[in-house]
Amino acid sequence: MADASTRLGGYGRIDHGKPVSFTFNGRKMTGRAGDTLASALLANGIRLVARSFKYHRPRGIYAMGVDEPNALVTLNTGARTEPNTQATTVYLYEGLSARSQNCWPSLGFDAMSINDKFSRFLAAGFYYKTFMGPTRKSWMFYEHFIRKAAGMGEATTLDDPDFYEKVHGFCDVMVVGGGPAGLSAAVNAARAGACVVLVEQSPDLGGGLLNMPAGGKADRWIAKQVAFLREAQNVRILNRCSVFGSYDHGSFGLVERLQDHVFPPQKAVLRQRMWTMRARRTILATGALERPIVFGGNDLPGVMLASAARGYLNHFSVLAGRKVVVFTNNDSAYLTASDMAQAGAAVTLVDARPISPSVACARAEKSGVTVRSGHAVAQASGRKRITSVKIAQFDCENGTARDPGKVMQCDLLCLSGGWNPTLHLLWQHGGKPVFDDALATFVPGATIEDGFSVAGSANGRYSTLDCVLDGQAKGLEAAQACGFDLPDGSDDYPALDLTDGWETQLLPVWEVCDSAGKSQKKAFVDLQHDVSVSDLALAHREGYVSAEHLKRYTTLGMASDQGKTANVIALALLAKHRGQTIPEVGFTTFRPPFTPVAVGALAGHETGPNIEPRRHTPMRQWHLDNGAKFIETGIWDRAWYYPKPGEDIEAAYIREARELRKSVGVVDVSTLGKIDVQGPDAAEFLNRVYVNGWSKLPVGKARYGVMLREDGMVFDDGTTTRLSEHHYFMTVTTAGAGAVMSYLEFLLQTCWSDLKVEVTSATDQWAAVAVSGPKTRDLLSSIDSDIDFSNEALPFMGAAEGTMAGLPVRAIRITFTGELGYEIYTPAGFGEALQEAIAAAGSAHDLLMLGIEAFGALRVEKGHVAGSEITGRTTLDDLGLARMGSTNKHHIGQVLARREALTSSDRQQFVGLRPVDPKAVIKGGSILSEPDETPKGHGLGYVTAMAFSPVVGSTIGLGLLSGGRARIGSTVNVVDTVDDTIIPAHVTTPHFYDPEGEKARA
Amino acid sequence: MRIECPCCGLRDHREFDYGGDALRQRPAHNDTDIDRWSDYVFMRRNPSGLHREFWQHIYGCRQWIVVSRDTVSHQILSVCLASGAHGAGQGLERA
Ligand SMILES: [Zn+2]
Repeated sequence: MADASTRLGGYGRIDHGKPVSFTFNGRKMTGRAGDTLASALLANGIRLVARSFKYHRPRGIYAMGVDEPNALVTLNTGARTEPNTQATTVYLYEGLSARSQNCWPSLGFDAMSINDKFSRFLAAGFYYKTFMGPTRKSWMFYEHFIRKAAGMGEATTLDDPDFYEKVHGFCDVMVVGGGPAGLSAAVNAARAGACVVLVEQSPDLGGGLLNMPAGGKADRWIAKQVAFLREAQNVRILNRCSVFGSYDHGSFGLVERLQDHVFPPQKAVLRQRMWTMRARRTILATGALERPIVFGGNDLPGVMLASAARGYLNHFSVLAGRKVVVFTNNDSAYLTASDMAQAGAAVTLVDARPISPSVACARAEKSGVTVRSGHAVAQASGRKRITSVKIAQFDCENGTARDPGKVMQCDLLCLSGGWNPTLHLLWQHGGKPVFDDALATFVPGATIEDGFSVAGSANGRYSTLDCVLDGQAKGLEAAQACGFDLPDGSDDYPALDLTDGWETQLLPVWEVCDSAGKSQKKAFVDLQHDVSVSDLALAHREGYVSAEHLKRYTTLGMASDQGKTANVIALALLAKHRGQTIPEVGFTTFRPPFTPVAVGALAGHETGPNIEPRRHTPMRQWHLDNGAKFIETGIWDRAWYYPKPGEDIEAAYIREARELRKSVGVVDVSTLGKIDVQGPDAAEFLNRVYVNGWSKLPVGKARYGVMLREDGMVFDDGTTTRLSEHHYFMTVTTAGAGAVMSYLEFLLQTCWSDLKVEVTSATDQWAAVAVSGPKTRDLLSSIDSDIDFSNEALPFMGAAEGTMAGLPVRAIRITFTGELGYEIYTPAGFGEALQEAIAAAGSAHDLLMLGIEAFGALRVEKGHVAGSEITGRTTLDDLGLARMGSTNKHHIGQVLARREALTSSDRQQFVGLRPVDPKAVIKGGSILSEPDETPKGHGLGYVTAMAFSPVVGSTIGLGLLSGGRARIGSTVNVVDTVDDTIIPAHVTTPHFYDPEGEKARA
Repeated sequence: MRIECPCCGLRDHREFDYGGDALRQRPAHNDTDIDRWSDYVFMRRNPSGLHREFWQHIYGCRQWIVVSRDTVSHQILSVCLASGAHGAGQGLERA
């Protein structure tokens, strides 16, 4: 290309002495340290950067920052592939590779650009009309092709090699934006003594001042402010950091990009940090974003926002065009025209207003700019980039270009249609925008949200001096609101006056129509989603009157740039169609994030095994050392089974379950929820929360109890032991522990504050093992202990405190397996020692290690209810526990348990299931049906648990079966709809083993 | 959201668990009227605007508190301990 290099010497804030090599679509290129990918591409003469989303039209670099709609690229390869990245926000590093997306087979020749020819078929609502209406089924067929054709970049499916962290921050004053207003605000809030966090999304502080020629008054002013802020102990500067979300009560989401500007190394790095910042006061000094003006061909490469062209020149030392047309309706673009002319471009400035601002115009003309007032750009032309524009007299009454107009050659067209304050963080938070007629945009209202203030151009101030003064005032005000006194004098920190304000008012121009008042073809409003003025007109004709509906129907403003250049123009055009004012049309809701946030940053460390904290019992290491396999059960990791060589889970648990009924086994039950209940009214408290009575339980005895919820359904179960007159030790299920504890606290703190009872969670304080089997007493008696384990001294449901192997313990004679058994509790720190002591003694007694799989199988054999039956939909009677309910006291859930639907005889009741064919395998979750019927819907009930029972010699199941107890002795079909099997089974009582409970009492 | 716990001070909402409508009246423990219990358990206010609701500071002092919150703006007007503010004969005045 003839104009391959557009880099100028002696301009900008980049390091001309430091070349940086990178590749774009495989081509090697060189940029400079300090470049963005966009500025480096422009410097290398690249104009065509991407193809558009829907029509695959050629697109170039349009903006300079987070508002960029066009220049989306995919960065890097392999696991670090990052699609849909704005080239304008990527800082160049050695070795960066970027490629265009949305083009096939290549960027220059894109086969899908045929879509552009058929654009009238792809208008607003195309997808809805074609695929969501009567022909909806065709979506299934076409989706794949459409996603391929109208997609964005492709994400990688490889694991992210880098890591991310989340931190929490607190401050008095958070200043968002490091431009003239933000710097002034931060300096002054800090001078008053406030703890200040200043957040800037770019690497450098200075904001819009960095778009001015380097080396001037502005740079010296920035340096002075930054020096103060870096020195101050009460200021934290977060650069390369974006505030993406504004939440309630001064909470904000921030993402800090720590490593995105350096070449990804081989090893994992801390790439981004997500902050949850809580600020007492927040100053939005977020600036304003320039908006374009719409006309035909306004999306061609070489069409650019005027401020971006100025920034590329003054910040990055890139002259983006030699023959430049600037089209504006306000004063700000005169600076672009002057600066570009001084840098050597031939510049024509077209001002839609009949009269130009005199000072700015004189300065521009002195720089060599040709100024044409009362004119407009009516049309841009070119194939893969702009080559000419049609300039015509502008009829500002009707917004039309008068015929005939004159064609002018150019290679760059700069647009300024006015400025929109960046107030997303205010509006995300529910702030109500107010339309300012003079600025023709939305500004903060007279009263804004508590805790917020807005400074600078975000507040509609368009001269540097006004921004600085506004920032100073807002900084002091925020510090004062946090209780700090105003500092003395401000002479050391003078304001900055660049006499760059607006002399004359802006003329609202949203769209330039042809002489007949018609919109032109290929006039785009939302460039990223290819939404044109004709799409908006069509949506209006089809009755989409609300701004929210318009947005969803046309997808305007819904791309990754969130319509930063498009939204206000779209509202103005909708207002025109409806014959209303812009405020009457309304405003669409703003939601986080302001700019895209990597999912990795939101996840932080919470990935893979760290997705939530895992809980381990105190004996975990012992289990690991002794070959246990573990399983996740809720938040706990538990010993699952202890395989012998060659055993799988199936073989291991069946062996463990069979052996236990002959010898003695030990299982870790430290996960049980434990609640310490103390106080003179403890017995009354237990009477109220359990269905059964507690008044007569003597000291040294335990009792099984069941709790209901207020609505009458079973809540939880467990044993509670009376340790002394006013002291009880309650155990609850592992899964229910948290909810039971919270509910007991609720009752005592609110409804029953008259009861003298304290409850304390002791789950983490106690380790526990359950030892059971016919040889248990032999084993325990062989361990040095002051507890007498004989049937006389410690009968069934008896409890004793003492020591075992020198460790303090509580022994409670209860069993879950149905064999003679004891639960032994010891303070958590002694858990492993207790386990070791039992294991050491056990070697002489064939001690069996029991995992929870076998433990569960033994409970199925025994027919105890557990979590799979206590589902929140079962009553006491459903579970066969109705006789436990005491009638001579009031307990929680008693009244509502009497509701008609809870007492009907066809409710699903707890039963056992034994396959007619002993070789058949009952599967958990199977549906139960009548023997001669195919099951319909939910059938008669379902299998809640299953296991192989060595005692029965087949698989057995527990289930909830409609009218189940009356069906005992009959058969049902056990239907597995996954494997499509039907197994006839006998309905039995749930108690397959020792139904009278004699073993446990032995 | 942030909630000013009467015991622990201003804390993040993720330290708390939500407990629902705090204006409902729990019948006396020995009340056997099925309608009153049904009202208590199943009928919850869900206003758009000012609401009084239970929260528990589960990752703090574990106190149950009553928060007066605007469900539209999330503005919190007051927070007090639920203790003694609820239950038989000691109802909260209806906001
Ligand atoms: Zn607290």
